[in-house]
Amino acid sequence: MNTEITGVIAMFILLLLLAIPLGRYIGKIFTNEKTWADKIFTPLDNLFYKLSGINSSTQMNWKQHLLALLTINIVWFLLSMLVLTNMSWLPLNPDGNPSMSADLAFNTTVSFISNTNLQHYSGETGMSYLGQLVLMLFQFISAGCGMAACAVVFVAMKERTTDQLGNFYFYFVRSCTRILLPLSLVLAIIFLFNGTPMTFEGKDTTTTLQGDTVQVSRGPVAAFVAIKQLGTNGGGFYGPNSTHPLENPNYFTNTVETVAILLIPVAMVFALGYILKRKKLAWVIFGVMLLGFLLLLVPSIITEVKGNPAITTLGIRQPMGSMEGKEVRFGAAASAYWAINTTCTSNGSVNAMHDSMTPATGMFAMLGMMVNAFFGGVGVGFLNFYIFIILAVFISGLMVGRTPEFLGKKIEAKEMKIAMIIALLHPFLILVGTAIASHIYAHNPTAYAAWLNNPGYHGFSEMLYEYTSSSANNGSGFEGLGDNTPFWNISCGIVILIGRYLPIIGPVAIAGMLANKKFVPESAGTLKTDTGTFGLMVFAVIAIVAALSFFPALALGPIAEHFSLK
Amino acid sequence: MSKKTTHTKLFESSLVKEALKESFIKLSPSKMFRNPVMFTVWIGTIVMAGVCIWIAQGEKNQGSLAYNITVTAVLLITLLFANFAEAIAEARGKAQADSLRKTREDTPAKLIQVIGEMYVNEIKIVPSSQLNKGDLFLCEAGDIIPSDGEIIEGLATIDESAITGESAPVIREAGGDKSSVTGGTKVLSDAIKVKVTTDPGESFLDKMIALVEGASRQKTPNEIALTILLAGFTLVFIIVTVTLKPFADYATTPITIAAFISLFVCLIPTTIGGLLSAIGIAGMDRALRANVITKSGKAVETAGDVDVLLLDKTGTITIGNRKATHFHVAPGVDALHFTQCAVLSSMADETPEGKSIIELAGVNPSTYTVNHPRYIKFTAETRSSGIDFDHTRIRKGASDAITKLVTSAGNAVPPQVDDAVKKISSNGGTPLVVSENEKVLGVIELQDIIKPGISERFERLRKMGIKTVMVTGDNPLTAKFIAEKAGVDDFIAEAKPEDKMNYIRKEQTSGRLVAMMGDGTNDAPALAQADVGVAMNSGTQAAKEAGNMVDLDNDPTKLIEVVEIGKQLLMTRGTLTTFSIANDVAKYFAIVPALFITSIPALQSINIMKLHSPESAILSAVIFNAIIIPLLIPLALRGVAYKPIGASALLRRNLLIYGLGGVLVPFIGIKIIDLVIQSFL
Repeated sequence: MNTEITGVIAMFILLLLLAIPLGRYIGKIFTNEKTWADKIFTPLDNLFYKLSGINSSTQMNWKQHLLALLTINIVWFLLSMLVLTNMSWLPLNPDGNPSMSADLAFNTTVSFISNTNLQHYSGETGMSYLGQLVLMLFQFISAGCGMAACAVVFVAMKERTTDQLGNFYFYFVRSCTRILLPLSLVLAIIFLFNGTPMTFEGKDTTTTLQGDTVQVSRGPVAAFVAIKQLGTNGGGFYGPNSTHPLENPNYFTNTVETVAILLIPVAMVFALGYILKRKKLAWVIFGVMLLGFLLLLVPSIITEVKGNPAITTLGIRQPMGSMEGKEVRFGAAASAYWAINTTCTSNGSVNAMHDSMTPATGMFAMLGMMVNAFFGGVGVGFLNFYIFIILAVFISGLMVGRTPEFLGKKIEAKEMKIAMIIALLHPFLILVGTAIASHIYAHNPTAYAAWLNNPGYHGFSEMLYEYTSSSANNGSGFEGLGDNTPFWNISCGIVILIGRYLPIIGPVAIAGMLANKKFVPESAGTLKTDTGTFGLMVFAVIAIVAALSFFPALALGPIAEHFSLK
Repeated sequence: MSKKTTHTKLFESSLVKEALKESFIKLSPSKMFRNPVMFTVWIGTIVMAGVCIWIAQGEKNQGSLAYNITVTAVLLITLLFANFAEAIAEARGKAQADSLRKTREDTPAKLIQVIGEMYVNEIKIVPSSQLNKGDLFLCEAGDIIPSDGEIIEGLATIDESAITGESAPVIREAGGDKSSVTGGTKVLSDAIKVKVTTDPGESFLDKMIALVEGASRQKTPNEIALTILLAGFTLVFIIVTVTLKPFADYATTPITIAAFISLFVCLIPTTIGGLLSAIGIAGMDRALRANVITKSGKAVETAGDVDVLLLDKTGTITIGNRKATHFHVAPGVDALHFTQCAVLSSMADETPEGKSIIELAGVNPSTYTVNHPRYIKFTAETRSSGIDFDHTRIRKGASDAITKLVTSAGNAVPPQVDDAVKKISSNGGTPLVVSENEKVLGVIELQDIIKPGISERFERLRKMGIKTVMVTGDNPLTAKFIAEKAGVDDFIAEAKPEDKMNYIRKEQTSGRLVAMMGDGTNDAPALAQADVGVAMNSGTQAAKEAGNMVDLDNDPTKLIEVVEIGKQLLMTRGTLTTFSIANDVAKYFAIVPALFITSIPALQSINIMKLHSPESAILSAVIFNAIIIPLLIPLALRGVAYKPIGASALLRRNLLIYGLGGVLVPFIGIKIIDLVIQSFL
């Protein structure tokens, strides 16, 4: 077998070996069981609670949870806007980088508090170290926020007839201190030893072999990269993200980063199994997610390794596969693997130029974001999947002749309403966003020529990708899109905001409402949700509701481009 | 027993004619608005009609006039098909209800006149439609009872075959649990005074007819949730279709309005949207065909969710009453003499048990000559009955009662008799000890006869996940024996009315839905408490008011049928929803390439069905979308068959048939239609 493929398989096995025990650990953290971390972190957590005057044992209902979540997010929003628009004169700016314009600051702020990390700026020239540190803080707390919301849903799924669903701050602080922080430390140290910078000093000057003098940007990169991957944030310290040799120096760091992307999203599924004491359900969910993931991954790797047919037509051999826009140190397969990892999980970091991938891979990357539930972002990935479960339970419950129920709770009109709104939201944001951009461009191509680097199908894919990435809170760019304009900054910012908070509010509300309902014990007539058949049903719902509604749009972009490549 | 068969053909021509007319009437927007999915199709049809006029006036870019008119016509037909599905379901339900109602319309009623506060025995003949709640009427032998009511005086044998199909006459009398009469039934003997219990147009049957006709039909909670799901899908496809316009503008690909609307109509779940209300009506209709009147559509749906069934032992699990099966003669007593005494003690005993003793003895009691008999009636105190004549005192009763009688007279009970009593009890039977002049003669063994086939039905219920509970007045030992023999999961022995109530409450607090059947007034609270309460038509008015269904056949096993009807109803909705949504896969592959291949020839590769041309592809898809509705009407009306094979197996089966089938069928269907259309183009 090709060593590149072996590398991909090894990365996946390593991921599973780490994610399963991590899932159990996360389960223990949320259910407040004893772990090794208590000794170190209990005093730290208590310090946070004391400083902010929070009683972490106060029980909250689902509305109070959401209120807490939204409140802290608003505070962060204001803090970030303040720093980003004033960083030129604030400390920790050795390179003298400028403050951001209001629309770019809005886009960046929204993008980081929402775990999206869409970057319409370049870190080397557009950010001070203080700005980077604030963004890094958000990479922790936005991930922690998603995990806390997910924990609320887990607990709600477990509870029988109660509105007491634990304390939001408890889940939030623990996610940050006991899960994200220790993992980030380990990762940052690995990167440090592989040559990633970690300093507060300004640019360094080196002389290249050619004798030129070049300025090399530095900063607290190792710490930034660690949480960027673990928290499915994806925002790079440098503009080129993980293609930059200082952000991702070699194949080993590439392996570590790739594993880190999927680590917590996969572990969350096993955490669900641990908390609910339903291991089989966790495996079924994992199976469905994996099936979707592989269906996107396998064709991507095949097309990338095979190379671009247009180049083959020119009579040029491509023994390394399609290498345009890829790093030689990673190769075609590992780059395709990363691309599907980063888009399936709402991470958004890149180790290759997605714009330059074959149209097929571009489409699969977009599909990963369009579904946004094949593992998905930390915490929020499962929340999206939860909506699909509710829809599948409803339809298949009817098919076995009973009022649909999930884990002993009846699903009725109110829950369906919320589930349907959330399921609708994602196609709505992506398609309407792209439609507005297409409309503007189509009616005045010359005025907006700077938007698109490529004409035709590929240009359409660039716009579609941008909104898909925004709505999925992914943050990766197809690039080739002139996106630092007020139109793109603001419209993407709005899409990100809606795409972040409603899909958190919806599942938490449904789970909270279900938790409050009467528990119906299981009987032989009850639909079992931990079976392969039900898993298949969920997959079918995802394929038809989420993926197929993008078929006409994809036909005009990557599909048309794919079949035009000869 | 002869049952009246209530089969009507699925599409009887008179019903079809009526339904066809109704399909056009239902096109009015105020009626269409009730169904969001079909309402959007309705709007699409109006828009297409506008487009046709526009083309007729000279517009060149929207395709040929013939093509647009065809698309408009197919959309209109889609709407008519959906309306037809609803109308035929309504017509069938109405026809069924009408046949029940016909018998009671305009029957002359002998109204007992009322002057001031007093009823006077003066009779006035009025049509039944003028009877009001509280009126009194008289019914004599040969009269048809004009209205539902409660007997306040007298006793009569009544032929209820018009309602139940049961030819054997029944006895109804004032007071007690058998005091209710139904309009349309016939008095065979004697005379009764009846008080009208409902106002005209408000009987259960009238209410049900209104439900079926849609006048008072409210969507059930499950129907509402499903409508939300379908409306959601419709919204998704509105977004998909509307945004396609700027996308196409960007790609400089002109798309006709006909193509947009066709894409939209094909993608939205019209199949289930068109059949949804027909399925609901058909569910109530199926209940009516089983001779069960439901007071709301929700009751049928809830029946499908029932977890616990409370069943009376007598009549449901066992045949009628206990029967004498064996005589155990005490040692030293002549067997013939014992038989004779047993028969004598039962001569005045009108209970089925008493009759069965005479039956078992095989003698005609009138051949016995008895001088000056004095019959001793059964009382709760003595717990025995019997006969006194000359110097003979024969008693028959519960073993402890007779033992007390015998021992107080200084006589002993032979140990063999004691043994027999114990053995009978432990076998689930009831021992009746017979004594003559305070000496024990022997024991009569009464046994419950379990209905044939009943344990198979319980097994079927168990596979559905339903727990069966037997309710009986027997002692726990007997109850346990019968429960085990019949195969019920649990039993309530020595049951008092409040025990039923408590059991229901207990199950409900642990989240289960309970169904029960009852007839007596003392059942009313439990019937009201139960999630599904089926009252027997012969039962009291109170019981009928308390329950949410009335069984015209008075058949206690009807609950099982009701549960299956409920399950069928939900399943039919679920499977057709799945089918409808699964159809979208093929429709996407038919229409999406058709939209673009003229300007982007590369997309010919996704025309995997190799459809002839963009026009033929679009037409094939909308035609398929329309004709699938009438093709599925029989399924919607009959319901998807329920098989008690466990939820997972059932899901697998239905997913295979309706899910995978739903993906594959339209690929084949659209291709065939395309081949046919090709020859016309």
